[in-house]
Amino acid sequence: MSTHATQEQEGAEVDAGDSKPHSPHQDRRLQEKATREEQSQRESDERTREREETVEIKVFRYDPEVAEKQEPRFDTFHVPFEKGMTVLDAVMYARDHYDSSLTFRHSCRQAICGSDAFFINGRQRLGCQTQIAELDTPVRIEPLPHQEVVKDLVVDMDSFYEQMEAVEPYFQTNDLPEGDLDEQRQSRENREKIKMGTRCIWCASCMSSCNIAAGDDQYLGPAPISMAYRFAMDEREGEDIQDHRLRIIEQEHGVWRCQTQFSCTNVCPKDIPLTEHIQELKREAVKKNLKFW
Amino acid sequence: MSQSYNRGLIEDFGRWREFTAGMWAWIFHKFTGWVLVGYLFTHIAVLSTATIGTGVYTETLQSLESLFIVRVLEVGLLSVAVFHILNGVRLLMVDLGVGLEAQDKSFYAALILTGVIAIASVPTFVEGVF
Ligand code: HEM
Ligand code: SF4
Ligand code: FES
Repeated sequence: MSTHATQEQEGAEVDAGDSKPHSPHQDRRLQEKATREEQSQRESDERTREREETVEIKVFRYDPEVAEKQEPRFDTFHVPFEKGMTVLDAVMYARDHYDSSLTFRHSCRQAICGSDAFFINGRQRLGCQTQIAELDTPVRIEPLPHQEVVKDLVVDMDSFYEQMEAVEPYFQTNDLPEGDLDEQRQSRENREKIKMGTRCIWCASCMSSCNIAAGDDQYLGPAPISMAYRFAMDEREGEDIQDHRLRIIEQEHGVWRCQTQFSCTNVCPKDIPLTEHIQELKREAVKKNLKFW
Repeated sequence: MSQSYNRGLIEDFGRWREFTAGMWAWIFHKFTGWVLVGYLFTHIAVLSTATIGTGVYTETLQSLESLFIVRVLEVGLLSVAVFHILNGVRLLMVDLGVGLEAQDKSFYAALILTGVIAIASVPTFVEGVF
């Protein structure tokens, strides 16, 4: 997590600036995360010193097109350990040196493309954001649960992308400024409100951790709802478009399916307060439908 | 919204082994809710014996209360109801967006409080059964 995490935190501080601060529990969560990071840093330093030359990883293997691999199994690899090694580095080493058929997605290696979310030691994490030294060994690496496995660690993301598209994740407005060349300005406070929602990297960790989404394929899911929040709360969009957005998220398989288990909020690698966003949209939907005043 | 996807044979491979506070709270809340509904029916059944005659009602209650297992079930019912109410209040707070930062702690608090109340109730419930 080394370089990435520090950048993130610095970013957060700069962003917060003099405008509205984070909500208290966001602060608390980031605080806890910092403490956890400190501790795992200490542990990982210790382990780096203690650890033998190699680290054992167990990687899920499955390939419907190869007869011997149709039955899912785990392959064990012993990867030379280096300080600062991430889970992604380890699987890449295994692929490059031991078994070139080992298949997984990755691209940016800096927690920004969202393509390498795996189920690592029983939790959804980004491979490139997870230090091997922080994990118990052998490290178990599996594809994201609740998505169809295409091959090895590659899952079918179509259903997730379709849910993301369903909330129209792009800016739209008919509330344009007067002059032709006027900017569409947003207040600092409003930017602060939607800031966390803009951070999503479409990794589907949250979707995979949610057992409501697991039982209901049509449930929009945490990331799409948070994406809808990011636009519905954007005050530049104008009232009728916000109405339109609320109509999408208040459908039967929309926000009401959320049972506030906080699993998504716990796993999101970008620390997006997903449950909080979903709950606020629920209240907005209620307010819109119950107008007694 | 999307169509139903067939997520395939091995979709369940490695399904969550790690439960978090919110998930347990949800499972317990479902469970206790439905136990309370179940009790409602037993409750009605027992009370309805009064329609047969006053004696029948008294006898039914006396024979039920003389059973040790019924006393144990009563402690269980109390725990289930107390947890459901405490966690229900917690859920209402979560719905209002109040104290989201303590959602896990409030679940543990509900559990502990339920335990304490259940233990404190034991003398009352087992009184006179032996
Ligand atoms: C003060 C008393 C109670 C409070 C505060 C309370 C609170 C709640 C809340 C907030 C929920 C909704 C959970 C959600 O958001 O999904 C709920 C669900 C439920 N409650 Fe209660 N409740 C109480 C008493 C009862 C009683 C007496 C019964 C049974 C007769 C009961 C049966 C249920 C059931 C069956 C559910 C639904 C479980 C499910 O979703 O499958 N509750 N309760
Ligand atoms: S909300 Fe977080 S966990 Fe979900 S897809 Fe976006 S970045 Fe990933
Ligand atoms: S490789 Fe891009 S997020 Fe990990």
